[in-house]
Amino acid sequence: MEPLLQVEDLTIAFVEDNTQTVVVDKAGFSVKSGEVICIVGESGCGKSVTALSLLGLLSPNARIIDGSIIFEGKDLLKMNEKELDGIRGSEATMVFQDVMNSLNPVLTIGNQLTEIIRIHMGYDRKKANEYAIEMIKKVGLPDAKAVMKKYPHMLSGGMQQRVMIAIALACGPKLIIADEPTTALDVTIQLQIMKLLVELQKEFHMSILLITHDIGLVAELADRVIIMYAGQFMEEAPVNQLFDHPSHPYTRALLESVPCIYDDPDKKLSSIPGTVPDNYQDIEGCRFFGRCSYGIPACKEKQVYSELEEGHFVRCHRAVKEEIPFV
Amino acid sequence: MYNKEDRKPLMVTRGLKKYYPVRGTTIGKNSPVTHAVDGVDFEIYEGETLGIVGESGCGKSTIGRQIVALEKPTSGHVLYQGESISEMSTRQLRKIRTQLQMVFQDSTSSLNPRKQVYDILAAPMLYHGITTGDNLDGEINRLLDLVGLPKSMKHRYPHEFSGGQRQRIGIAKALSVKPRLIVCDEPVSALDVSVQAQILNLLKQLQDEFKLTYVFIAHGLGAVRYVSSRIAIMYLGRIVEIANTQELFDDPVHPYTKALFDASPIPAPKLRGRERIVLKGEIPSSVNPPKGCRFHTRCPYAIPSCEINDPPLIPVKPGSNHMAACPVLLAERER
Repeated sequence: MEPLLQVEDLTIAFVEDNTQTVVVDKAGFSVKSGEVICIVGESGCGKSVTALSLLGLLSPNARIIDGSIIFEGKDLLKMNEKELDGIRGSEATMVFQDVMNSLNPVLTIGNQLTEIIRIHMGYDRKKANEYAIEMIKKVGLPDAKAVMKKYPHMLSGGMQQRVMIAIALACGPKLIIADEPTTALDVTIQLQIMKLLVELQKEFHMSILLITHDIGLVAELADRVIIMYAGQFMEEAPVNQLFDHPSHPYTRALLESVPCIYDDPDKKLSSIPGTVPDNYQDIEGCRFFGRCSYGIPACKEKQVYSELEEGHFVRCHRAVKEEIPFV
Repeated sequence: MYNKEDRKPLMVTRGLKKYYPVRGTTIGKNSPVTHAVDGVDFEIYEGETLGIVGESGCGKSTIGRQIVALEKPTSGHVLYQGESISEMSTRQLRKIRTQLQMVFQDSTSSLNPRKQVYDILAAPMLYHGITTGDNLDGEINRLLDLVGLPKSMKHRYPHEFSGGQRQRIGIAKALSVKPRLIVCDEPVSALDVSVQAQILNLLKQLQDEFKLTYVFIAHGLGAVRYVSSRIAIMYLGRIVEIANTQELFDDPVHPYTKALFDASPIPAPKLRGRERIVLKGEIPSSVNPPKGCRFHTRCPYAIPSCEINDPPLIPVKPGSNHMAACPVLLAERER
């Protein structure tokens, strides 16, 4: 079956005073229908930029310099703004981390929700209103009619995020791109929102591309996982495979540095020494080399990205040769 | 791990309350107030790490600020070595401020952007007479070394550092005056996981080296469990459960504690289908906290009496220092 979204060789750079800084380097992945894919990485690794680029939402100083984004057989990069508008908000939508700034503070929830329904689905005011109330009920907000008349600041963070989800789901999208949708929320609210997303995803048979830094969330939600570091995909694997047999040294270090409430209490938390290198776009070899405990001279020369097993890709010389012992 | 009777507490709070007037209302007798901290009693023992966990607005940071005398309680006391710091004069406070230090969550806004690291670290030491001009250089080198920063960086400004490095400077600043107790208010929440681990390990190592006492405030259980010997769980201005870390994780009593455990994502995809409590509804406002048990609006175990009676924090077993404020589940356990 054709994947819903097929991204190839996506390269994005920030341009400033005639200098280009490549922040996403030849990213390639696909999202199948009904699948949950997570892109995981630490701040500044390029995961959010990747997500924003898919729907043409990059800031003006960012450029896509190479690659293709094929959504349902059409290349989004070759579309003009008007054609894109037909897809954004209806076929593919986005849920942002910062709900406070994503909702319009001077319009009521009802206004913002019916606007998108009327534009994309062509409903008249009355029908759109009824449908909007349905959607608000669907995302589990009590007293839907009252919520329609409220302004964003009158709702709590969790309720605002539910409204965002209602807006994203209103036109029955095939793909939802969620950029850290629960990072700003408390843990008990986070669980409510994640459960809601998963239930709705099953009900509407959507695909979700989830951007997150939280390994725990990945384990709870993902079908497939992509680990990103310094603008590159380091490893991609089905979720069970990734947690059972993490192959890239960075993936392993990341998994081991997460304190888990069910760990052995005396376990020492392992940390990754050092920091992400500056100007990593100029590094020829592996970008994790300086912090990796398995590095060999070959790592400094060039990179490899190959498939270990079906669907399990890794960017590491030694993992490819199975030279890294499992711990 | 520790017995209550063995050790004397370094710090005790009794009936600690802090109310803030609600912004935008006139101040008067009956004007609305936020009940940030609403009657909290606990002890902090020398050399331990007390973790305080709760969701936003539960009052955990307010408690932290009261412990180090950055805020005066509305009523109640904070007793440091038996003396009430809430009643001390500024002069008296100045003397003990060196012993009570704080590490803040936001390292960007807690370090002066116009000063070099050297000056940031020098100022408190000179002010409190910890060191004199001759030894200053050596002392600053020693501090940077302790927190794992190269000495060559001392003439840089805060913005030239990464988030993790800035947090190290914050820790060095707290250490510079040789404190006994450090309140760490979400010190790793703003950092990436790999860097979080570095900072948590550093805090642990410094505690061993200088026999420090920590109060570790956080909203995530993972990090708190890793550093704390005892944990207090807070909800809407109250402690709902407090116990030794191991006991709390092995045998949580309060429904909120259980829900909090269940809500923490576990990095193991195979445990995905596990049974867990999913709380309904939102966190109520602390301006008008619910009557009776504050958790009853979201509690899956609530019975009618929960809406009326305010549950006290009582030992789970007689004499135990594991305490919980849920008569419903405590009665069920005895059966």
